[in-house]
Amino acid sequence: MANELSKPFEKSALSEEDLYKMNKEKKVQITSFAFMIFLTFLAFIAVATEMVAPAFAVPFILVLAGMQFFLQMFYFMHLKDKGHEWANTFIIAGVVLSTPALIALTFLLGMTKY
Amino acid sequence: MADHVDMTKGLPSNPEKATLEGRNKFLGFWIFLSGETIMFATFFGAFLGLREGTAGGPTAEELFQLPLVFIMTMLLLTSSLTSVLAMYAMKRNNFKAMMIWMSTTVLLGLAFLGLEIYEFVEYVHHGLGYTTSAFGSSFYTLVGLHGAHVVFGLAWISTLLIRYAKSGITLTNAPKFYVASLYWHFIDVVWVFIFTVVYLMGIGGA
Amino acid sequence: MADYSAIIKEKKDKSVLMDWLTTVDHKKLGVMYLIAGTLFFLKAGLMAVFMRIQLMFPESNFLDGQTYNEFITMHGTIMLFLAATPLLFAFMNYIIPLQIGARDVAFPFVNALGFWIFFFGGLLLSVSWFFGGAPDAGWTAYVPLSAGDYGHLGMDFYVIGLQISGIGTLISAINFIVTIVNMRAPGMTMMRMPLFCWTSLVTSLLIVFAFTPLAAGLALLMLDRLFGAQFFSPDSGGNAVLWQHIFWIFGHPEVYILVLPAFGIISEVIPAFSRKRLFGYTAMVFATLIIAFLGFMVWVHHMFTVGIGPVTNSVFAIATMAIGIPTGIKIFNWLFTMWGGKLTFNTAMLCASSFVPTFVLGGVTGVMLSMVPVDYLYHDTYFVVAHFHYIIVGGIVLGLLAGLYYWYPKMFGHHLNEKLGMLMFWMFYIGFHMTFFVQHILGLIGMPRRVYTYLEGQGMDTMNLISSIGAFLMSAGIIVLVINIVYSALKSERVVVSDPWDARTLEWSTPTPIPEYNFAQVPQVRSLDPLFYEKIHGDGKMKPAEPLSDIHMPNGSILPFIIGIGMFVWGFGMIMLNMENAIITPYAVIIPGFLLTFGSMLVRSIKEDHGYHITVEELKKLEKEVS
Ligand code: HEM
Ligand SMILES: [Cu+2]
Repeated sequence: MANELSKPFEKSALSEEDLYKMNKEKKVQITSFAFMIFLTFLAFIAVATEMVAPAFAVPFILVLAGMQFFLQMFYFMHLKDKGHEWANTFIIAGVVLSTPALIALTFLLGMTKY
Repeated sequence: MADHVDMTKGLPSNPEKATLEGRNKFLGFWIFLSGETIMFATFFGAFLGLREGTAGGPTAEELFQLPLVFIMTMLLLTSSLTSVLAMYAMKRNNFKAMMIWMSTTVLLGLAFLGLEIYEFVEYVHHGLGYTTSAFGSSFYTLVGLHGAHVVFGLAWISTLLIRYAKSGITLTNAPKFYVASLYWHFIDVVWVFIFTVVYLMGIGGA
Repeated sequence: MADYSAIIKEKKDKSVLMDWLTTVDHKKLGVMYLIAGTLFFLKAGLMAVFMRIQLMFPESNFLDGQTYNEFITMHGTIMLFLAATPLLFAFMNYIIPLQIGARDVAFPFVNALGFWIFFFGGLLLSVSWFFGGAPDAGWTAYVPLSAGDYGHLGMDFYVIGLQISGIGTLISAINFIVTIVNMRAPGMTMMRMPLFCWTSLVTSLLIVFAFTPLAAGLALLMLDRLFGAQFFSPDSGGNAVLWQHIFWIFGHPEVYILVLPAFGIISEVIPAFSRKRLFGYTAMVFATLIIAFLGFMVWVHHMFTVGIGPVTNSVFAIATMAIGIPTGIKIFNWLFTMWGGKLTFNTAMLCASSFVPTFVLGGVTGVMLSMVPVDYLYHDTYFVVAHFHYIIVGGIVLGLLAGLYYWYPKMFGHHLNEKLGMLMFWMFYIGFHMTFFVQHILGLIGMPRRVYTYLEGQGMDTMNLISSIGAFLMSAGIIVLVINIVYSALKSERVVVSDPWDARTLEWSTPTPIPEYNFAQVPQVRSLDPLFYEKIHGDGKMKPAEPLSDIHMPNGSILPFIIGIGMFVWGFGMIMLNMENAIITPYAVIIPGFLLTFGSMLVRSIKEDHGYHITVEELKKLEKEVS
């Protein structure tokens, strides 16, 4: 039993159908990678060329970052897949609880009184 | 308690979660990452709170160069993709492909790290030392912490690559590789916010 | 794979010391947490007594101001991080796997690692006494008092000692969460879990989300002190309020980290001795979750007087008051559990039931404090000291005592003496109210906290005297407890039955003493309060969920201990960076410590260790010995 855990396998248990699904999934991943690159381009261009008004640029690139966060987490890290319910719970809790802390540290340092 | 896995059918489709040990590792690591999220949030918050505090020293706009950051971003994003591909190879029991993709990840990470070191040296030359201003301290701390994560990730993945260079994919090392790749993605996620919040907002931000 | 008899032989060959240093058994680690926590508790308690002697009379010279400052800092820090947390962890470690029907925690190795890292971190903090004095900036370590310009070497011990022990606490918390999520016995759904497991789960989550900001904050302070970073110096663009925010983002959840497991213990003890199921189980679970969530949204109530602004203060005041609602739900549920029950007032139940009114008092003063305008009056007076001691002593410590008396027979195979227990309870309880009740009034008439003396004739003399006498009475109560532990170990009858209290949950279905593997066959859970259900609907024994089969066990390891030492050495080397006349260069200490730490981790990750198996035949033999 124990040494079985350290033994490699002759073959894979994947069926044809599994393989088909997996290849499809892989294509989705590569597409999402292309999309991430695109988002990154947009963000850099928005700032570098000053095409977007500076007041609008910040929220714009933050939204882009949010989208990338989503893609990385749900596609690359598979949060969208089955069996990730608890993982989702914890990450969402982490993000939700980070928010007030981030806001406070950014704005509530007593420089401006809110 | 370690569940009995039927070995004859071949490598299960989710080898990282085939054993209880694997499932525990998987969940434990996600919890760790959620803790890291809020820890990084704290460092980001500190940076955002202090980024105006340049105390007469160099400012973000004077220092940062977008092309360099762009290249670093591309390197890290690509390394994220290669580690995804490595995990697909793992599921297909394609050991060789997994090792190649993982090694590519390490190489890309090394390149990123090299550029980061170069960047820091440049900034120091331009007068932004660690103790120059609150902006300097919080910049180096936040980006440096990310860099330290990269270093740790590289050391970790390299250890795995060397340790299991000839072993094939087993039910013991599959969870290890999987978790390491999760860690690597997380580093990338953090970088997305660093290039947005630190660099882009530093240059173009109000 | 080694077989069991060989392992047993190897174990016998190991000395007792090696056995405990290398253990990864959650029960032994629970006992180790209990011992370590108790030692730290006694140490910090002694400091409290010294402080009360100093404050017994006006303008007394028993302690000088500097020593007094070091005492308040160490008392608070140790009590929260190194006494209360490990004592709660002791019960969590010991009881959670038993209550969910598991053979061990999810990561036995990490469990041991967490203990040793916590322990050596605490030790590092404690050795500060020998290097020019303990930290002295209060447990909150506000900058600039704690930063490079003012804080002396003691603060380095604070920053790095807490950082290390915090890492231990954090990884243990992750371990608890995974254990509870992944290791439950068949049929033990989330909503059938005993409330103690629920509150432990939520506490562990809070640790994951609160100790990480603390780690960040401590890192900032360390960088400030050791490497000249400018986070907190306004001259260089830094900001002192930043530290307060980070500290309290951690600090308020921390108080719930401590009190929630105590809630859990109370929710186990009260039903057991009321002979009734817990009233409003579901409401209790959701109240716990809501408290945890709100616990993260209220930290600015510690900073009302900083001057962040009226809107912020109002928002956080309202959020703070809102916590009273779920807390109230809990209070009523405990009362309704007792209502109409067949009550047995032994020591455990006395502690548990008296927890309720004392905790209410602490909650009421908390809501008083949350009103911003009046908090300008209360803030930093003894009123606040009274508030949090009503919650920490009247809540957490009473909860711990209840848990101790309740689970003692399962953990050590004999009861604690009831007569001595009663004596302890009354001395402690009366002493507690004497000490802290008058402190409310002292605060209201203006006695500031953290000041080492006061003037005569300001109406504070009598009340301070009463408070000090109460503190002595309370300590005498603790001494009675220590006597009780020794006395009972020698004189008390052995408990041989598995269920001495006729209780309701799974831990009482295991034989006493508990075999290493807890359950020969994992039990099938059919209801909330599974053991009670079997007593009513079955034959009083848990039904097995699996046939008798080989049991997989983890191997012990010395690596956690070595990693603990490695971190201690490494941390000490870091502190040496600030020492003025260190004998050797700090790097000669830092590097070995670093190598020891990461080297051991490397060994651990390279060597695959699959543990061993207890075969069915051996299991049958062992089971016969037990029954
Ligand atoms: C209904 C629940 C509670 C409310 C509304 C409440 C409210 C408050 C407020 C407003 C303060 C700040 C007072 C000041 O410094 O002016 C405070 C301080 C404190 N509270 Fe509570 N609290 C509650 C529960 C708890 C619990 C459960 C604990 C511990 C387990 C606790 C421990 C503390 C501590 C340690 C401090 C003082 C920290 C320091 O300044 O050193 N509180 N509380
Ligand atoms: Cu609070």
